[in-house]
Amino acid sequence: MHLELTRVVQGSGRLGVLRGLSRTRPHHSLETPGCLLYTHLGSVPHLTQDTLHTLKDLPSVTQVTLSDIAEHQEVLESFKEGFRKFAGLHDTVLYCSLHDPAALCPAGYTTNKKCTQPDWYTSMADGETWQVNTTRKRVRKSVDRTLAHLDECLLLHHKLPELEEVSVFGVVEGGDIVDERLRSARETAKRPVVGFCLDGFQTGFMEPSVRAQLIAAVTEELPEDKPRLLPGVGRPDEVLACVEAGVDVFEGFFPFQVTERGCALCFRFDVTPDPESAGRAPPAVLELNKEEEVVRNGNVNRDDQTQMTPFEINLKDKRYEDDFGPLVKGCGCYSCQNHQRAYLHHLLVTNELLAGVLLMIHNTSHYLGFFKALRAALASDQLELLKRRVMEAGGRESD
Amino acid sequence: MAAPMQCGVETQSSESSMSLKKALTAVSPLTLRIVAECPVTKARACELALPHCTVSTPVFMPVGTQGTLKGITVDQLESLGCQICLGNTYHLGMRPGPELIEKANGLHGFMNWKRNLLTDSGGFQMVSLVELSEVTEEGVRFKSPYDGKEILLSPEKSVSIQNSLGSDIMMQLDDVVSSTVSGPRVEEAMHRSIRWLDRCIAANKNPDKQNLFAIIQGGLNAELRRACLEEMTKRDVPGFAIGGLSGGEEKDDFWRMVTLSTDHLPREKPRYLMGVGYAVDLVVCVALGCDMFDCVFPTRTARFGSALVPWGSVQVKHKQYAKDFQPIDPDCQCPTCKRHSRAYLHALFKSDTAAMHHITIHNISYQLSLMRSVRQSIVEGRFPQFIQTFMRRMFLSRDQYPSWAVDALASVNITLE
Repeated sequence: MHLELTRVVQGSGRLGVLRGLSRTRPHHSLETPGCLLYTHLGSVPHLTQDTLHTLKDLPSVTQVTLSDIAEHQEVLESFKEGFRKFAGLHDTVLYCSLHDPAALCPAGYTTNKKCTQPDWYTSMADGETWQVNTTRKRVRKSVDRTLAHLDECLLLHHKLPELEEVSVFGVVEGGDIVDERLRSARETAKRPVVGFCLDGFQTGFMEPSVRAQLIAAVTEELPEDKPRLLPGVGRPDEVLACVEAGVDVFEGFFPFQVTERGCALCFRFDVTPDPESAGRAPPAVLELNKEEEVVRNGNVNRDDQTQMTPFEINLKDKRYEDDFGPLVKGCGCYSCQNHQRAYLHHLLVTNELLAGVLLMIHNTSHYLGFFKALRAALASDQLELLKRRVMEAGGRESD
Repeated sequence: MAAPMQCGVETQSSESSMSLKKALTAVSPLTLRIVAECPVTKARACELALPHCTVSTPVFMPVGTQGTLKGITVDQLESLGCQICLGNTYHLGMRPGPELIEKANGLHGFMNWKRNLLTDSGGFQMVSLVELSEVTEEGVRFKSPYDGKEILLSPEKSVSIQNSLGSDIMMQLDDVVSSTVSGPRVEEAMHRSIRWLDRCIAANKNPDKQNLFAIIQGGLNAELRRACLEEMTKRDVPGFAIGGLSGGEEKDDFWRMVTLSTDHLPREKPRYLMGVGYAVDLVVCVALGCDMFDCVFPTRTARFGSALVPWGSVQVKHKQYAKDFQPIDPDCQCPTCKRHSRAYLHALFKSDTAAMHHITIHNISYQLSLMRSVRQSIVEGRFPQFIQTFMRRMFLSRDQYPSWAVDALASVNITLE
């Protein structure tokens, strides 16, 4: 695996293409910054292959979590042909992550990678340092343990022929202590890993500004040509901040969270200047103070992740009862091309299963569109413009 | 009572004779063409031309109660070959309501279904929600479970809602009594249903686009059924449904009422047996002369992990399938069976709703394929052999054959081997 960088702007992020993702599927590549395809046991939530493939330009990497796999380890061992075939996956690269980013409780398991046969995975890590007031001693231990796990893991790769085709991502720990973060980064970089997973930065774990600084410091210590994956961060504003700090790959769980609360993503990400408003005062910027307060209090409020964000509309709201427009005007996804807000409203009010299907399709489409726009903005020096556009309040209400 | 062609002509005004002329020259919203009739049983294979497309019968109609087929998109439903499905007047009348659906260009527009729709009148809810309802000559008074408000569902109101929904086939509001009830209430309901049929016919604003079907009642009483059949067939409706059955009555009584009904229904109009959906019931009732069927069972049972197959069902959630790497049915061509194994679906049920959708797709495919096979065998003159093969596949041995099915088939000259 190697990252071909096409553009690097200090403090603004990197643009590139990740190639050699899979030794058995060499034709796949992932444009960065990019996101992975989030699944539950290989299925994008609510979707069958038919509904999934109404989406164009799906991420070439499918993410499945370790806990999903571990639960079915015995079955996979009987099956013998690997997880990809077991799940009836389409032609995709398989990445096995440690945690389910959309689940509230992190969990760790030991499992045998042989029966899963992913293309890459993150090595075992000790990330239990998200509580405020975690001592320096505890954080140091987590860095040490994680490195030890990595070394064990790499040894296994050396020994077992079945793991020859499988790549390992090292995990950078260190909580919110700069020295430990730097130590973890430097030490992990010494090992023959194909990329880095920056753990412990999940939404809600620390203040966004602290996170940005720490990530920037960490990425300074990492080799330029290896990808940086940031789990647990999905909100568009946070993605933008983390791209600027040097992150390349994100998990794609955010559309699922939005779907589960009956909402549709609608934030704008087009950066072509609007002739109507060019020259006028910029529209109001979204108020983020309320959400930041929660983190400042020192309590990690993981419930953050289930609350509505400013980037979506709540279709259960009565105002959409007779709104016969698409979820988002101009959106080419199956849901917007075939259905109306009023119908989605009805499906949600009556608790119908189709709501989840249609919302998942739209939210995934919208989110992938955002990443595409992000890459285009980086290519043409328009990141600032994109940031402003994404944060526009009132962008939500445009019809 | 009124002779068949007299619908809509009450005075001799030039206006009404103009509309009569119009009615005679307008294209009928329903035409039944009988393609083949089984020489042994009472089965027929037909082409039912409806406003949105032609439906091949015998047909099984999946039920999408609230304007959606439980997790399946309209594209998926179309791909499975579904030509007609159901919506429910009671539910949709409550939420989101007829005015909104009218604004959305009818139920077709609202759910974006381009083929045919059949709406039930709301009558069945009288039985299923009996705690919340009260029947009078006026109509059925319901207490809404959502906001406690009282609503009166009269024949006029039911037809009005169905006119707003714009379904291709509408059902009359009938006075439905549970098939386990006997006595004077059954007779009262039968007579009332006839009066309500007339009120429904009069209330239909779109007879040129929407077909109003009558529903034969009479419970399990042959005399009452006969009386109902005699009266209702005097009305010029485009089709007839056999109602008041499939509710928990003895199968031995059930099939006798079905065959009695088809004996007295016109040959050239479709016969719709309401609420029937188990594979054996479908095959037998086709043999008894029914053309159209609906049932929530296949889609409901799917959500519980029960996949329908020619030999019964595969309970995918059961432990025994955890390591079963075959598809649900190796011979099935549905998207689920072409890609997924029982083991994967078993595992997926613990993780995601998509598991239910996979089984729903399979079950709809199973039902529609079954009817296609039945139809093909009638067209090719081998329906009797089809029945034999079907029964052998479904049951482990001859003595497992349900006796009611054996008797019913015997009544139409089929001796099960």
